[in-house]
Amino acid sequence: MAQQTVVAERAALQVEPSWRARLRAITTPAFFIGPALLLILIFFFIPVILTILISLTDMSVATISDINFVGLKNYERIWRSRTTMKILKNTFIYVGFTLTLFNVGMALILSLITTHIPERVGTTFRTFWLLPRITPSVIYAIMWTWFTADAPYGIVNQFLSPFGITPKNWLNAQPWLVVIAANGFVGTSFGMIIFTSAIHAIPVDYLRAALVDGASTLQRIRYVILPMIRWPILFVVTYQTLSLLASFEYILLLTDGGPGFYTTEVWSLYAYHRALSNYFGNVQFGFGAALAAILVIIGVIASVVYLRVFRFSEMVAEPKIEVL
Amino acid sequence: MAEHAGSRIGQIILGIIVLLLSMPLLVMYIWLVESAFSQITYGIIPQGFTLSNWRFLWEGFTNMPSIWRITWNTLVFAVVVATIEVFIASLTGYALSRMKFPGRRMFLSLTLVLHAFPAVTLLIAIFYVLLVLGLYDTLVGVIMVKAALELPLGVWIMKGFFDNISWDMEMSALIDGCSRLRTWWEILLPNIRPGIAALSIFAFLSGWSEFLLPYIYTSSFENFTLSVLLRRLVGDFRFVDYGLLTATGLYYMMPVLLFFIFTQEYLLNIYAGGTKGTTV
Repeated sequence: MAQQTVVAERAALQVEPSWRARLRAITTPAFFIGPALLLILIFFFIPVILTILISLTDMSVATISDINFVGLKNYERIWRSRTTMKILKNTFIYVGFTLTLFNVGMALILSLITTHIPERVGTTFRTFWLLPRITPSVIYAIMWTWFTADAPYGIVNQFLSPFGITPKNWLNAQPWLVVIAANGFVGTSFGMIIFTSAIHAIPVDYLRAALVDGASTLQRIRYVILPMIRWPILFVVTYQTLSLLASFEYILLLTDGGPGFYTTEVWSLYAYHRALSNYFGNVQFGFGAALAAILVIIGVIASVVYLRVFRFSEMVAEPKIEVL
Repeated sequence: MAEHAGSRIGQIILGIIVLLLSMPLLVMYIWLVESAFSQITYGIIPQGFTLSNWRFLWEGFTNMPSIWRITWNTLVFAVVVATIEVFIASLTGYALSRMKFPGRRMFLSLTLVLHAFPAVTLLIAIFYVLLVLGLYDTLVGVIMVKAALELPLGVWIMKGFFDNISWDMEMSALIDGCSRLRTWWEILLPNIRPGIAALSIFAFLSGWSEFLLPYIYTSSFENFTLSVLLRRLVGDFRFVDYGLLTATGLYYMMPVLLFFIFTQEYLLNIYAGGTKGTTV
């Protein structure tokens, strides 16, 4: 009996949806989406707009009670400043080397090797490489400061001294080397996971065919595997460029932009220092926000481009069945 | 893939290469553990076993809040972030997976864009948002920021889990007049328990390890988390007391290590799942 009434009700609904039903078709999704929408509004949308707004003012510790709209003056200052060149160069060094050597290079090497040795051993190594990613950044930085510390502590010196290399504090002597390596050893796992699943997805027939044709392992990698995973490689390159461009946490913890004057200060760290840290005694919110706004704009454009290039439209397809 | 692998010797060589590449990391983690229990460590060689590095557990640190208070803060932070994130993400993920509503497509694209967007760039503006809301230097404020920034990834992962559940049970519940909310709570959620567990672990670990947000958005002692404490210790003890530093670090890392050891496959899956969604 109950079933009959339900059927009858549904028939009635289909003929003429009541205003209550129509209201519910809106309020129910709103209820489910609402909380997320609110958080996104407060902590993504408003901050994006606010970054740009603050960047158009002269807000700083000195002018906090009397904030003036200054138009594009902060951007002009970035353009004119000599420091900008230095920061830009640093950012290129940081992003370029970390990306090529580790996030793509090391990731490719690891995923190729771990798919060519027994699966269990390979998985163990891949899992191990995830450990830096879940290690709290503060601890990770401590491990690197020890690793590169001056004698008698650091392991690098202990390892190099038989070769006649004078012990030194490597973080001070070669800050870039350490900064890039420390970031790289964390960043590698992202590409490694993606490349590995892409390699696993290659049909075995292709690989067998190469074997039958007498290809060596290296030839097979060069002519079969690499061409087949070029799309994932492109994805990792673009995605990681953006996240490296914005990241500064490990640099902050390792060198804080030093040693000395802006030696390892990258764009995002520079913005942070200017706007939020008392390092210079005079916190310049407006100037810092302008630096950040440039990154925000790059970020917005780049992530929208991903959406187009990587065919996300297929993933946002409508649900197959729909009930009220 | 095993069948196409080359000779045995070749495999051993490959194994050695990957071991060598992993060596720096291996050495660092070994050092972290042994240094925490040694008087002093030269390179990787420990000198003299001791527990005195752990004295902070009963003596505390000079000029710092009690270690238990800090641990409690960190725990509250991680648990609440994870709870909010999983709860909201499973609400939203359900709606995106199962409902038709105006703006659905846009919202889904938005989730993906935000997932790719580097949220660190917003730290300066979020500082003002917190000031205006009166949430600067409160744990509540940092918790909300953290939950919000992690939300796009969470929503995406949750949607994936809902997509994999068949419609049959849910359909009959809906036809029987069960409300959407009850269907979600009583039928869907129990079915994606593994997914909820995975995202909870992920969110908890990420909250537990968080450094930048509490470091920037809190300043008083009573809001210290373990990461902020360690940062202060590094400043105070730089190149002096590695024993104390590593003991504190190991103490801080305990939950991370436990999860790592016991949920390895889970972890690999969720990282693969979280990134795969955006590649394939």
